[in-house]
Amino acid sequence: MSRTTYQKLVDSHSVKRIDEDTVLLYVDLHVMNEYTSPQAFSGLEARGRQVRRPAQQLAVVSHIIPTHAESPRVIRDAASLHQADNLARNCARSAIRLLDANDPQQGIEHIVTPELGLVRPGMVILCGDSHTTTYGALGALGFGIGTSEVEHVLATQTLVYRVARTMRIHVDGVLPFGTSSKDLIVWIIGCIGAQGARGYAVEFTGSVFETMSAEGRMTLCNMTVEAGARAALIAPDDITFDYIRAHTAFPDPQWREALQAWRTLKTDDDAVYDAQFAFDASLLAPCVTWGTSPDQAMAIDALVPSPEDFDTVEGTASARRALDYIGLTAHRPIVGTPIDRVFIGSCTNGRIEDLRTVAAVVAGKRVADGVRAMVVPGSGRVKRQAEEEGVARVLVEAGFEWREPGCSMCLAMNDDVLAEGERCASTTNRNFEGRQGRGGRTHLMSPAMAAAAAITGCITDVRKMGGTQ
Amino acid sequence: MSTYTHIEGSLMPLPVENLDTDQIMPKQFLRIVDKAGLADGLLYDLRYDGAGKPRPGAILNDSRYRQAKVLVGGANFGCGSSREHAVWGLLQYGFEAVIAPSFAEIFYSNAMNNRLLLVQLPRALINDLVTRSLADPTTRLCIDIDTLTVKLPAGGHSAFPLAPRHRTMIMQGIDTIDLTLQDEADICAFERRHFADRPWAAVF
Repeated sequence: MSRTTYQKLVDSHSVKRIDEDTVLLYVDLHVMNEYTSPQAFSGLEARGRQVRRPAQQLAVVSHIIPTHAESPRVIRDAASLHQADNLARNCARSAIRLLDANDPQQGIEHIVTPELGLVRPGMVILCGDSHTTTYGALGALGFGIGTSEVEHVLATQTLVYRVARTMRIHVDGVLPFGTSSKDLIVWIIGCIGAQGARGYAVEFTGSVFETMSAEGRMTLCNMTVEAGARAALIAPDDITFDYIRAHTAFPDPQWREALQAWRTLKTDDDAVYDAQFAFDASLLAPCVTWGTSPDQAMAIDALVPSPEDFDTVEGTASARRALDYIGLTAHRPIVGTPIDRVFIGSCTNGRIEDLRTVAAVVAGKRVADGVRAMVVPGSGRVKRQAEEEGVARVLVEAGFEWREPGCSMCLAMNDDVLAEGERCASTTNRNFEGRQGRGGRTHLMSPAMAAAAAITGCITDVRKMGGTQ
Repeated sequence: MSTYTHIEGSLMPLPVENLDTDQIMPKQFLRIVDKAGLADGLLYDLRYDGAGKPRPGAILNDSRYRQAKVLVGGANFGCGSSREHAVWGLLQYGFEAVIAPSFAEIFYSNAMNNRLLLVQLPRALINDLVTRSLADPTTRLCIDIDTLTVKLPAGGHSAFPLAPRHRTMIMQGIDTIDLTLQDEADICAFERRHFADRPWAAVF
């Protein structure tokens, strides 16, 4: 029978079928952080259970860690320190690899794991974090789970998994000047809605991927969860294999064997998806969110919508609530809206490619007066690479703060927080009310767009900045 | 574990679309290694202003709704972050069920694993529940988990979907890990075969 890539991944990891909707799914790698795993370890301990496969676990201190430029890094907040120490204790007891605060590989889970070569096509990788969909960029099935499920994975190396329906999102064309995979996914989410892919595993296909880097694909798959998707996938190709080769050290015979297997990991010609969408990349403009849900997004050169523009009662109510929170006026351009803060980073856009893009836009320019602009590299490796390439120097000379890696102001669990009413141009993934700080106003956008906003001090169309980017 | 077949009680209407788990349980309440104190954090920014004073208009601060057992929400309830703290907080606050037009995927699993019943009903029925509950906070309904029906305040019943496995989890509570551990031999056999066929999937 013909199968989609997703179905092949599920089939190859099904230990058994539990019922019509559910399988017992084998987990090749499980990644943990300090705030969604503690209760899972306590649960194991309370029932006298063991971690079944310690070598298939990885833990990273990522969410709570301060990003101040200091070495060695110190977690001064007592509650955060307790979470980090607790994770260290749990990992030590069960012989689990931990990337602690001062580990040179430390960073954001979804940036570190691919960098370490631990994400490979055909794997199933879970993590107590919704952005685990990132790994689909390399042809692995990744998705987020809750803490009870973290406990289940630790104890059994499996998950009781409700199999998703399949959706294809086909994108043909080439990304126009000034746009990136971030713009593409924000556009798609804006079109299909925050629950447009709810219950589906999305597979991206189309000619746009022929020129999209592995990092760009990670941005795309990472944020697909904001459309409600259970997973996001791009069938592995030569771009994938080049990335994997550069990040792993398989001996040649094993590499050839792997390649042979990976080349079959794609949707069969006559396989049928449960739902389909198609987009034309050539119509893409830089995108920015105007509201408090990632689907409240617009092209940079459009006008802020009015609540009355929505054809459902709920859409109107959501838009009214969002505009009230975000403090924008309907039917006015979003370009020119003054910003207070810029945040470059996160598991969506904290990779070396993102920082290079920012550097290209801001080189030789200065961050606007009154704007505080932060760069938080996604990992220690990204940070070192940016320093070696001179990217960091360009950013610092332009007036950006160059900080230590972590999740930082994407969710503001550390002390990188927006103050009430502050408006932020952010390369992150969620513009929820209060996400970056109570009363803070988040505009999601690409690294290039956030860089442009930093220089002009307002939301700006990067295509009109001039210079290279 | 206790067994139950019905949830009966009054409602709290909160018909907000895409109510994300950041709002349900804000970041400052995630700074724990246990599950304590999450009732205080539930929907904190909707309940309290920047100075920590209760917002007078917030339904969570309306004493007439304090005993509500069933939260009536909007579509895509619980979207966003995977934080199970959102479910723990809803339960600790006293909710036993959430009714909404749809639920986010990770939130759904988290709710089932903690025996928080999720009832998916058509939007028209939910709008009616919201209207009635706003007009009369004593409006009650009864959810029959055995027959998967809701007895509506307007009269009549409405069926709702729940997978048989989830129904058992809600009614009886199941130690899912115990169940899976009974398959240990199958898992071991699978594992050997899996990594023999796919050595590239082994990270150890």
